Amino acid sequence: MVTAIEVSNISKQFVLRHTRSLKEAVVWLAKGRKGDLSEKFHALKNVSVEVQAGETVALLGLNGSGKSTLLKHISGVMLPDSGTVKTRGRVAGLIEVGAGFHPDLSGRDNVFLNGAILGMTEQQVKDRFDDIVEFSEIGQFIDTEVKFYSSGMYLRLAFSVAVHTDPEVFLIDEILAVGDEPFQRKCIGKIQELARDGKTLVVVSHDLDLVSRICERGVVLEHGKLMFDGPIDEAVALLRS
Amino acid sequence: MSVISTGELTTPGLGGGLRDIKQSGFLLKLLVRKELKVRYRGSVLGLLWSYVKPGVQFVVFYVALGIFLGLERSARNPEGLANYAVYLFSGIVLINFFSEALGNAARSIVMNGNLIKKIYLPRELFPVASVWVSAVHFFPQLVVLVVGCVFAGWHPNLIQLLAALAGFIIVGMLATGLGLLFGAANVYFRDSENLVDMLLMVATWASPVMYAWAMVEQKLGSTAFAIYQANPITIGVELFHYAFWFPTTDGSAAMPPNLFGLWLPVGLVVAVVIVALGQFTFRRLEGRFAQEL
Repeated sequence: MVTAIEVSNISKQFVLRHTRSLKEAVVWLAKGRKGDLSEKFHALKNVSVEVQAGETVALLGLNGSGKSTLLKHISGVMLPDSGTVKTRGRVAGLIEVGAGFHPDLSGRDNVFLNGAILGMTEQQVKDRFDDIVEFSEIGQFIDTEVKFYSSGMYLRLAFSVAVHTDPEVFLIDEILAVGDEPFQRKCIGKIQELARDGKTLVVVSHDLDLVSRICERGVVLEHGKLMFDGPIDEAVALLRS
Repeated sequence: MSVISTGELTTPGLGGGLRDIKQSGFLLKLLVRKELKVRYRGSVLGLLWSYVKPGVQFVVFYVALGIFLGLERSARNPEGLANYAVYLFSGIVLINFFSEALGNAARSIVMNGNLIKKIYLPRELFPVASVWVSAVHFFPQLVVLVVGCVFAGWHPNLIQLLAALAGFIIVGMLATGLGLLFGAANVYFRDSENLVDMLLMVATWASPVMYAWAMVEQKLGSTAFAIYQANPITIGVELFHYAFWFPTTDGSAAMPPNLFGLWLPVGLVVAVVIVALGQFTFRRLEGRFAQEL
């Protein structure tokens, strides 16, 4: 097996309260620098996860447990305070629906822009453009500005661009909750197809039924610490208990 | 983002700085096109605003400074500058380019915060795209300037045209470097964009855009004038004067001494140093962009 993602012993601290006013800084200095200017907390603490190529992994946990933060470390948006993150191959993902979509541009322009943002080349976008539009079921609205789209259309187009970027590692953050039933089924079908093709998937979701259908392995986080790492059924059972 | 599919394990989120821009040429092109489309959306005049705004600005300055304050040469004012209108406008277009480029670059990271928080891409793209967009907006103004020059009897030689190119490159690099610096700083301290606005106001008057360089030398003396001259924007503006204004005059006007032997290289060196400094600061600060935005 080949390692696709190697997260070793990473920690990340966030500053809770920023003090950026001159007044507070002066008062703090005058008081002889007592106390901290800012409060910190651990979003991730000594987390290690190794994902093999072709594995489908769900990151689970309650709100604020650090799932999305971990995903952002894998995508490279954030860098850890300590520890290392390594990935193999192109990593792309739907961290949030339509990040990088511009409301004043047409669907067509947004497909190109978003494709490029997700790392596709000009030729790749051109080659896959028809597939993207077809999958999204946007049809004649592709030349309409996306600000006039319904939220479902918006999501469908965004999802469609993302699944056509063809990365080795695919990160999905809580996007399957939107869209109507038939499209949701289509998305899940597409994701399962990606998994069958040997793509590595890392999914963050609160929909436990859904992730247990897509993923084989579950990683449970609690307050930034790794709680459990094993088969998805056990992970889901642990969360439900 | 530039990882080879079958390659080694690599650390995500560590970019190669400005070098990444080359690989992301397609994305840069689309970002620039987006800005250009979005800028004048919903306006009747559209891109014409790129002509109207500098046009009005020019008329105001020309009337106030050229006529009222007597910088224009006329029968009653033989001390003034010949073809002051061309002199003024050739400086204004360059300063406008710099102001727009730096002003937008300094805001670009915060403006695109939503994207930077969610998807990794070379973040240098945003300030660089801002400078690029400004260069596109600079073009129509340049066309107006050239038309005006031709009417004023412009007959440039190759060196003078190259001087304009050099001036543009110096100012463009300066805007990129400062844009990276202030754009990154703006994520942490929003004071940065206000500081830039103030700097831009100073920059307009700290170069011989409205007045002649000789007036500065008279008042300041040679040491202080050397410092004044070392400003890359001053050098850029003077190169523009040499390219556009000088060939419309009878050639009796004095250009600043050592413009090519000394100041042109100085301008280039300062601009390169600023780009390096901006890039260095940007890379130091970008690791925490996602959590600070």
